Amino acid sequence: MSLYAKTIRELNDKLKQKEISAVEIVEAALRRIDAVETRIGAFRTVTSDSALAQAKAVDAKIGRGEPISPLAGIPGAIKDNICTFGVPTTCGSKILAQFVPPYNATVMDRLAAKDAVIIGKTNMDEFAMGSSTENSAFGTTRNPWHTAYVPGGSSGGSAAAVAAGEAIWALGSDTGGSIRQPAAYCGVVGLKPTYGRVSRYGLVAYASSLDQIGPITRDVTDCALVLNAIAGYDPQDSTSVKADAPDFTAALAAGVKGLKVGIPREYFSPGLSDNVRAAAQDAIKRLTAQGAEIIEVSMPHTEYALSAYYLIATAEASSNLARYDGVGYGHRGSGNDIIAMYKKTRTEGFGEEVRRRIMLGTYALSSGYYDAYYLKALKVRTLVKRDFDRAFEQVDVLLTPTTPTQAFRVGEKVNDPLAMYLEDVLTVPINLAGIPAISVPCGLADGMPVGVQFIGKPLDEATILRAAYALEQSGEWQNRIAPAGEV
Amino acid sequence: MKYETVIGLEVHTELKTESKIFCGCSTRFGAEQNTNVCPVCLGLPGVLPVLNEKVVEFAIRTGLALNCTIAPFSKFDRKNYYYPDLPKNFQTSQYDLPIAINGYLDIAVNGETKRIGITRVHMEEDAGKLVHAGTIAKSDYALVDYNRTGVPLLEIVSEPDIRSPEEAKAYLEKLKTILQYIDVSDCKMEEGSLRCDANISLRPAGSTKLGTKTEIKNLNSFRSVQRGLEYEVLRQTEVLEEGGRIIQETRSWDENRGITVSLRSKEHAHDYRYFPEPDLIPIVTDEKRIQAIRESLPELPDARKARLMRDYGLSGYDAEVITASRAMADFFDAAVSLGSDPKATANWLMGDMSRMLNAAGLSVEEAPVTPAKLAGLLALISKGTISGKIAKTVFEQMWETGKDAETIVTEQGMVQISDEGAIIAVIDAVIAANPQSVADYRAGKEQALGFLVGQVMKQTKGRANPQLANKLLKERI
Ligand SMILES: [Zn+2]
Repeated sequence: MSLYAKTIRELNDKLKQKEISAVEIVEAALRRIDAVETRIGAFRTVTSDSALAQAKAVDAKIGRGEPISPLAGIPGAIKDNICTFGVPTTCGSKILAQFVPPYNATVMDRLAAKDAVIIGKTNMDEFAMGSSTENSAFGTTRNPWHTAYVPGGSSGGSAAAVAAGEAIWALGSDTGGSIRQPAAYCGVVGLKPTYGRVSRYGLVAYASSLDQIGPITRDVTDCALVLNAIAGYDPQDSTSVKADAPDFTAALAAGVKGLKVGIPREYFSPGLSDNVRAAAQDAIKRLTAQGAEIIEVSMPHTEYALSAYYLIATAEASSNLARYDGVGYGHRGSGNDIIAMYKKTRTEGFGEEVRRRIMLGTYALSSGYYDAYYLKALKVRTLVKRDFDRAFEQVDVLLTPTTPTQAFRVGEKVNDPLAMYLEDVLTVPINLAGIPAISVPCGLADGMPVGVQFIGKPLDEATILRAAYALEQSGEWQNRIAPAGEV
Repeated sequence: MKYETVIGLEVHTELKTESKIFCGCSTRFGAEQNTNVCPVCLGLPGVLPVLNEKVVEFAIRTGLALNCTIAPFSKFDRKNYYYPDLPKNFQTSQYDLPIAINGYLDIAVNGETKRIGITRVHMEEDAGKLVHAGTIAKSDYALVDYNRTGVPLLEIVSEPDIRSPEEAKAYLEKLKTILQYIDVSDCKMEEGSLRCDANISLRPAGSTKLGTKTEIKNLNSFRSVQRGLEYEVLRQTEVLEEGGRIIQETRSWDENRGITVSLRSKEHAHDYRYFPEPDLIPIVTDEKRIQAIRESLPELPDARKARLMRDYGLSGYDAEVITASRAMADFFDAAVSLGSDPKATANWLMGDMSRMLNAAGLSVEEAPVTPAKLAGLLALISKGTISGKIAKTVFEQMWETGKDAETIVTEQGMVQISDEGAIIAVIDAVIAANPQSVADYRAGKEQALGFLVGQVMKQTKGRANPQLANKLLKERI
């Protein structure tokens, strides 16, 4: 098995035993990128030179007999909305096509401190707005399991890169499902941490009260390892939680015997595809077999979550994206006066979906509509949160499908934004509540992956990781590499 | 018809914290363009604000000094509007839950004290500065200086309790005095660290219903606040007298032309789409913190004025002038604590001291004559070592050389002559040299004595004790 197909844990063992070098790992990943990238299109930028330099530094450390961190020398990919000093950060948008940040996101500094290797920046729906990575200004990323299908979004590039073996791990961002949904579509593990668990400093904002950075990996153990590296309080993010992050690998293998797993009735609506329903039922069966206690619960406000989400997220976005005006940086359109310049810049610079959401959000905040839309959405958000609080009085984790359907075909939903929004229906309530959730692969159906989602209490990533690990270990899906269109 | 003027003021004041409100950049005024900047205050993609706790402390200080209630729970909001000096195209400000509400300050107009309500005090960030080549209208381009972006501001909004342009000026002056006392702002209108917008309307005298208001901007000095409002009173009166209607609009004061001109009507007013700032957490203030800040407040102008009148017998006017600036009042208290006579100190501060400061364009703190030096001078006068007249010369020399009074007096032999023998010798010589004046005085011309005293003073280079010279002269003639 080639090095690119191994997990972080396996590669770390081999590095420590000096069976391989970090440079060999990075070279293997770069060769894999060369082989499949034309078909997948996961990357915006591949940073081969700096990746090899980082790997060399790790090899030198090993040579000197110094201890190395679990991520040292292991190549990962970073979603292109996370600021990387000196490396373009486009957010999949024409308006930031030339933007090179003069600073690092906090997560980048933390990864650098662990000697993680950054192999490139990944494609995404423009400003993280989308569920298919078709909204990138720089082309569509393809699903490595079948290139006629979308990889999901908006972290589609990160999920596809990990599934295709172009990176061992990746970071994505999740505002309404943007890590978990592509993870489910691509057959990888994706975790959205508790709001405030991982610093947002340097994550280009879409919807500030919902955005979180999280790991995308090929198995649950790797997910815990990446989370270990990036989690923790950051004084530069006022919304970051002042709580020490535990070692998330510590309790992975503790099992689910006696674990109370809630099944929220409202997440199993008739809208689910048969494959998705079957996968979730299979997961329930496997957890039961390991001694988990299955409890059906009700979360009555679930049906309003999607509408509330699209009001809150777009309202915040309309303000967050106001700064792209052509004045200080980024694309500038030409106009005879400042207003004409603004209009031209933003019309040329933003794609259709971004413009649609800016207009929606502007409308929701406008005088005369604020109470009916934005304020009401905030009230729904409180009710959704309360549903979760109540459920967690009874259960330790919740289990749901990650998405209503599996990956759809490229182009299938581009002209139907509402159908596209519905793909987020099972993931957005978690962002509204600010709690953690993980999507874990649950087999292939009709040749394409299916995922299930564990949802946890605030700051209790450890328990959803443990449940996901138990499910992973009881099945056949562990660290699978997608064919990436190879004949 | 007689109209009553109704004015409310919105004052913005820059806080003199070391660093900006949401990042660590310096707030220093006058630095080279775009040097006090970082990704946060430039509004680059991905940055987040972190609230400078000092700003909250200054805001609470201000709220307490203005007799406000400090909100136990306060938050920031985004005020959305596009302007090239605003890098994020929203201003982080406070909307419905400001840090302080329901206060007041007292002003003195025509010898009467009047209470003006303070609606609210809130925190926000300043915008940058646009630089045009030539005038805005003719310039092909604009440049932006972001040094000021993110400098902390307080907005202080008054109730519509002000009834004349004169009261508006008095309110603004009092507010400035208080802000300087509590050391939160330099309040330099010329540097833009104190700015004022005014809402003004007229209504028939006796009516309690508010008339339609206009908002006046660009009032860049205390003088222009008064002049601008005086003009607007005239303009609105004229419109109403002619049977017209006041249009609710924003108008700009044109200092050169001495008029206000329409900027935009209410229909074109911005919809700022305020919503809670999701990148900051609410500010929760407990009573303990408020109490600690309350205890750290200095004696405020009204209390200090009362003390000067009570303890030192200063007149209301003198006490008002002395306490109008904290530095002047501190100078006064320091000199008095060194034993100076309070009334004499007040007279010197309001007289020679103020004259010299104005001439040199200096502030009290920068004066070369310190409280200790003034106290030394006053001690020489009260001991009779020098006359009040000589003292004026000595004061000027102290100002120029920085030496103390005693040194100057000794070096230049300015000690007053109170030795009768010495003065009599001079008097006898003067009498001998001016027989005509002596004769005139003897014939009943009182003015002749003045001339003779003057001659004695001249001969002694002003050092003869004037009272003694007067007395001895009368005896000798
Ligand atoms: Zn700054």
